[in-house]
Amino acid sequence: METLNVSVWRGNADGAFQTYDVPRHASQTVLDVVTHIQRVLDPTLAYRFACRVGMCGSCAMTINGVARWTCRTHIDKAVRNGNQIEIGPLRNLPVIRDLVTDMREFFDKWAKAKGQFEGGRTRRDDFARVAPDSTDRKMVDAGIECIGCGVCYSSCDVVAWNPDYLGPAALNRAWTLIKDERDIKSIERLRAVAGDAGCHSCHTHMSCTEHCPKQLSPTAGIAGLKRAISLAVLRGTL
Amino acid sequence: MSFRAQTLLWLAQRASAAVLGVCVLVHLATMIYAVRGGLTAAEILSRTQGSAAWLAFYSLFVLAIVVHVPIGLRAVLGEWLAWRSPSRDWVLVLISSAIGFMGMRAVLGVYS
Repeated sequence: METLNVSVWRGNADGAFQTYDVPRHASQTVLDVVTHIQRVLDPTLAYRFACRVGMCGSCAMTINGVARWTCRTHIDKAVRNGNQIEIGPLRNLPVIRDLVTDMREFFDKWAKAKGQFEGGRTRRDDFARVAPDSTDRKMVDAGIECIGCGVCYSSCDVVAWNPDYLGPAALNRAWTLIKDERDIKSIERLRAVAGDAGCHSCHTHMSCTEHCPKQLSPTAGIAGLKRAISLAVLRGTL
Repeated sequence: MSFRAQTLLWLAQRASAAVLGVCVLVHLATMIYAVRGGLTAAEILSRTQGSAAWLAFYSLFVLAIVVHVPIGLRAVLGEWLAWRSPSRDWVLVLISSAIGFMGMRAVLGVYS
């Protein structure tokens, strides 16, 4: 049987790669490989997953140097030199153990970017009617399907260089709320995402857009934030 | 530094980049034109001395550099050297002032 030569990160930040031979199958995902190692070869391996179908955003890892969702990454697309694959934890996040990272910082930054929806209606008001073909709603649609996997955050060089930078996912979330006509906290949110720790630090490398497994473009949202904040500052409304 | 100031710096860098784009093109085109028959100091001075247009053009060039360079350097120092304290901004003001002084000295040198 054909085997895969798999290097897996073991330990915390001071760990090292350990090699395993894993049987290769048709239609095998990277998550299948990690699961095989944990269930058959080494039960001490720590990793994180839940839905296995690309919805929950919990199984992202670094595959051959590139952040990917492992449940939807086919081995055939991930291997190099025919049968070699290197699996490590996500970059830019503290490693707890093996393939598990501490995601607190990632989600705390969503909160810092005021990523919570805040509407102005009560239960006694009628439903808000948002036209699906309105410009703002289309912009929201373009960014709303984020599953919070952390691939963009892990791929972003600015996050690596500036620990305060909110990151592509949090900024994308802020953008979808600013374009949500029901939300009433736009001004506070624009203030939260402006400046050195916010959208103005983005260098438009587009690594987030390149690697987002949902094919979203946080870069476009960040560009929208830059425009909105610049106009608001020049008009004196921020 | 407030987020408003940081936003204005970002805008100033984009605006100065737009000016620099035009200035560099004019500068390069002039160089290519000027060296066709060989390059001499006398030829350069004959074009620039007493010319208000070249004085204005190169003064604008220097001004755009004075605005653009420190803002870009600010990001480089923050990201590569993790230098984000207020001292970074004061040092950049000094660097910017030095660039402005040397630049205008050169511009006035070929004008007068």
